[in-house]
Amino acid sequence: MQTALRTSLPETELAGRATFAPHARVVREERQEEHRVQASGLPLSIRGLRKSFGDNEVLRGIDLHIPAGQFVAIVGKSGCGKSTLLRLIAGLDKIDAGSISFGQEIQPEDIRVMFQEPRLLPWARVLANVEVGLGRDRASSDAHARAEKALIEVGLADKRDQWPSVLSGGQKQRVALGRALVSRPRVLAFDEPLGALDALTRISMQRLLERVWRDQGFTAILVTHDVSEAVALADRVLVIEEGRIAHDVTVNAARPRQRGSAELAGLEGSILSHLLSADDRT
Amino acid sequence: MSLIDSISLPRSIRLPRADGLIQWIVPLAIIAVWQVASVTGFVPTRVLPAPSDVVLAGWKLLVSGELVRNIWVSFWRASVGFLIGGSIGFAFGLANGLSQLSARLTDTTLQMVRNVPHLALIPLVILRFGIDESAKLFLVALGVFFPIYLNTLHGIRTVDPQLIEMGRIYGMTDGELFRRVIFPGALPSIFVGIRFALGIMWLTLIVAETIAASSGLGYMAMQAREFMLIDVVVLSILIYALLGKLADSASRVLERLTLSWHPAFQKR
Repeated sequence: MQTALRTSLPETELAGRATFAPHARVVREERQEEHRVQASGLPLSIRGLRKSFGDNEVLRGIDLHIPAGQFVAIVGKSGCGKSTLLRLIAGLDKIDAGSISFGQEIQPEDIRVMFQEPRLLPWARVLANVEVGLGRDRASSDAHARAEKALIEVGLADKRDQWPSVLSGGQKQRVALGRALVSRPRVLAFDEPLGALDALTRISMQRLLERVWRDQGFTAILVTHDVSEAVALADRVLVIEEGRIAHDVTVNAARPRQRGSAELAGLEGSILSHLLSADDRT
Repeated sequence: MSLIDSISLPRSIRLPRADGLIQWIVPLAIIAVWQVASVTGFVPTRVLPAPSDVVLAGWKLLVSGELVRNIWVSFWRASVGFLIGGSIGFAFGLANGLSQLSARLTDTTLQMVRNVPHLALIPLVILRFGIDESAKLFLVALGVFFPIYLNTLHGIRTVDPQLIEMGRIYGMTDGELFRRVIFPGALPSIFVGIRFALGIMWLTLIVAETIAASSGLGYMAMQAREFMLIDVVVLSILIYALLGKLADSASRVLERLTLSWHPAFQKR
């Protein structure tokens, strides 16, 4: 199953490119052009960020700088405020105090979020669902072409005319990823995007996430409860405890990373012991 | 694309045909048993005329033009009343589903009116409108209003809030959000309302035409009773059954066309 998934990705990609055959070189050049011009990540500065829901103070002063293009994973126990932090970064909830800045004026299309549920429109075919991600460019003449390109990137070009209900959980999540990528975002926030997937699909999705991140260079923020996923994907792992950043761990392992290597396992162990020791104290 | 053409079109045409034969076996068998029972004298024709007599009566009325005229009048009343009541119900359903203010303003009133059986208003309606067309249209519209109102409201309120949040994140305007997320999400529920309303539409019309009318199927049946024409009475009842079935089939076809995304309509 795992090898089948691994081999199926490049194949569909090839099939997708074959349809563009006469223009293949042009398309690729355009893509590289886009990389340089607009697909670079944005840096992120957070100062004194606080957020409460009623009497419950969820975030108690977060200070954080994320350089452009970094892959940051945020881990912590449930209820520690990691999802709240992500929602504030994505602009889904209002900030109580403090600030989040991206160093420049940003467009809504520059920041995209991917959730644990794919949140696809069941009454729109796969391609139309990806087009939703274009935001205000939905009506533009190249909307179809851009959505198709995003589908090729996530390896689902052959599913463009399917209803979401016939797709598997992993495929739905890949459509959701295509929808998030189609506007070439500069910050991509993931809220446990792989939490509902089975182990094998999860590993192939992690590879896909890593590949598109390296291709496009956006700043990635991944909230997860899976520490091994965090160390496998991220440049840096933040451990949040009781609304504050308790640990900031840099992961220097070379990419592509070997899952289960001694280096990653060691890091995973030390982060887990941080999390568990916090558990013992309370 | 060619993929859709080859999959969805033949499927939607083939299925009704396959069902078409099976679903008529039972009605035809009942008619056959009924005919045999009448011919052998097991059922006296004074109580229930033979199907052949009913067909004969239908043929006579068809030739005289009376049948077509009465069916047309009833059909016209049913559809106009349905359109009026349905659109008002749909409009209130939309307004109250989308706006808290509107819901708080009108929902309680509508719920109170809903609990009055609309046929109880017949004496009042006759006093106000007499027995002309507006009386029948008013009653049908009133009967049709509530199922469509309630189901539209329910459909809109139960649209997945996660999808609405998704739409907002991706920068949909209010209009787009309604067109692409809320309305399609509410559609299955709206269709349930339409099918309920179709049943109520015929019921109301029959009662109204039986009591206060000078044309239409209900009137035809009542007049036949006066002259002891049992075959015409039975004919009217059978026509009601056919028209009801026709309305239901029409809404099913519409459902299948608009809800092709729904797993329930993706039979293989």
